[in-house]
Amino acid sequence: MTQEKRVTYRSRWLPWLLLAPQGVVIGVFFFWPAAQALLQSLQQADAFGLSTEWVGLANFRALWADPSYLASFKITAEFSLLVAVLGLSISLLLAVMANRVLRGATVYKTLLIWPYAVAPAVAGVLWLFMFAPSVGIVAYGLQAMGIPWNHLLRADDAMTLVVMAAVWKQISYNFLFFLAGLQSIPKSLLEAAAIDGAGPWRRFWTITFPMLSPTSFFLLVINIVYAFFDTFGIIDAATHGGPGQDTAILVYKVYYDGFKALDIGGSAAQSVVLMVIVVTLTVLQFRFVERKVNY
Amino acid sequence: MVERRPALTFLAHLVLVLGVVVVAFPLYIAFVASTQTADAIVQAPMSLLPGSHLLDNYRAALFGSATGGGSQAPVAQMMWVSLVCALIIAMAKIAISLLSAFAIVYFRFPGRSFFFWAIFVTLMLPVEVRIGPTYQVVADLHMLNTYAGLTIPLIASATATFLFRQFFLTVPDELVEAARIDGAGPLRFFKDHLLPLSRTPIAALFVIQFIYGWNQYLWPLLVTTNEDMYPVVIGIKRMIAGGDAAVEWNVVMATAVLAMIPPAVVVVLMQRWFVKGLVDTEK
Repeated sequence: MTQEKRVTYRSRWLPWLLLAPQGVVIGVFFFWPAAQALLQSLQQADAFGLSTEWVGLANFRALWADPSYLASFKITAEFSLLVAVLGLSISLLLAVMANRVLRGATVYKTLLIWPYAVAPAVAGVLWLFMFAPSVGIVAYGLQAMGIPWNHLLRADDAMTLVVMAAVWKQISYNFLFFLAGLQSIPKSLLEAAAIDGAGPWRRFWTITFPMLSPTSFFLLVINIVYAFFDTFGIIDAATHGGPGQDTAILVYKVYYDGFKALDIGGSAAQSVVLMVIVVTLTVLQFRFVERKVNY
Repeated sequence: MVERRPALTFLAHLVLVLGVVVVAFPLYIAFVASTQTADAIVQAPMSLLPGSHLLDNYRAALFGSATGGGSQAPVAQMMWVSLVCALIIAMAKIAISLLSAFAIVYFRFPGRSFFFWAIFVTLMLPVEVRIGPTYQVVADLHMLNTYAGLTIPLIASATATFLFRQFFLTVPDELVEAARIDGAGPLRFFKDHLLPLSRTPIAALFVIQFIYGWNQYLWPLLVTTNEDMYPVVIGIKRMIAGGDAAVEWNVVMATAVLAMIPPAVVVVLMQRWFVKGLVDTEK
């Protein structure tokens, strides 16, 4: 809180009253449950949920010893990396092209941003429908070309499916930010380089790309956060984390273990691990947003 | 554009058209499927041209007269639930964030920085990391299967509070002084000066938060067990739960199209605010 108002009001009770609604909501639905998750991660309930006992870090030790949890980490890493890299490259390409055309730029923009409005779960259903082994039109096309496709049986196919759906949904967001970034690059730099004889390809790599680096870093963090936390609907609708648990990212596993397998302590320990990840990502995000400089 | 290169411009249009086609393809397929009969879709490959059953399918979806496996709850009811939830979430988020930001910017009081940081920390506590205990709280408060349960836990907003705080900091101090000379107290100043000035950030946030509310999935999945309280996004998922063969894809796709229309309309019609909202909330 560095910035301050010079002129302020004085009141003993009014600011508290104004903050009360937000305060109650975050107290009851954020801090209390988060504290509960921390407590539960150190406890173990018996099979009937009648008594709980303190077990220290046993839940965490059990997690690290659980091959399916470690596998879920690997799956999440692979998934978020693919989503971030593919999503960023495709949107950057589209943004650079949209920045180049004079005529129709707004039309392209409108036609590219609407997937942002599609719910992740609906995106999952749309892609599932195209790739469903029995009825999907794209699955049919692939099989006709001799490419076997069955995301219900093959882990790689399932991963490809959820990555495609997740990237599709996120392109619009990345596109808007890249386009804004491109439009803020001073034209004089590019013109000077052009006069010096640099072609479009060279200008992109020596001027545009470095100037975009703050935007790119920022989007990288946002995309990883998106892949970690906002893709639950896509995964649940398209693959249920399957086949087996081959697309069960960490968030899906927290939900599954807590609500389907009813392992409260284990699920709480997973929540705590996720909390640590969110804190790290948030810190990263704010560091990159603070430093808005290009070189 | 720095120089004229017709070949490159052509390439740019080509890439963009390709991008638009790929982005639009899933939607087109969904629309085409929603105009055909269930049998026509099952006989792969389905036709890529719209069929003649558009009205039948949408009627079946809206009023729940489908016959396939999985859930057959009427979509009209679900759309209503989604709309109510999205509106409550968007408006309540804006309201409580405006009040919080006003208190934090325009008052000096003990506990001010405590509140500021408490609100900031909620950024690091998305529902996914406290999923079990939050469910427990809502269950204990008897809010399962209610609009209150679907919305209130989601209306705290650090991003909205900070956006308004940022905006209030740019409002000139002279305005407060002038209002004070005119004899206006803090609430009067908030209502007569600050609110009208905040129309732009309010509109921008409304678009973002309406979409956020409409697209909620994990939270409604936990707190609704009653078909009458399913938002449409959950409803679609329940429809395909009947297994591959029993799914009436034509009705499912009609529902998907219906579920996409309201947020898409909001984005396209309020595009200017939408872009502004996206860019501003990330600052």
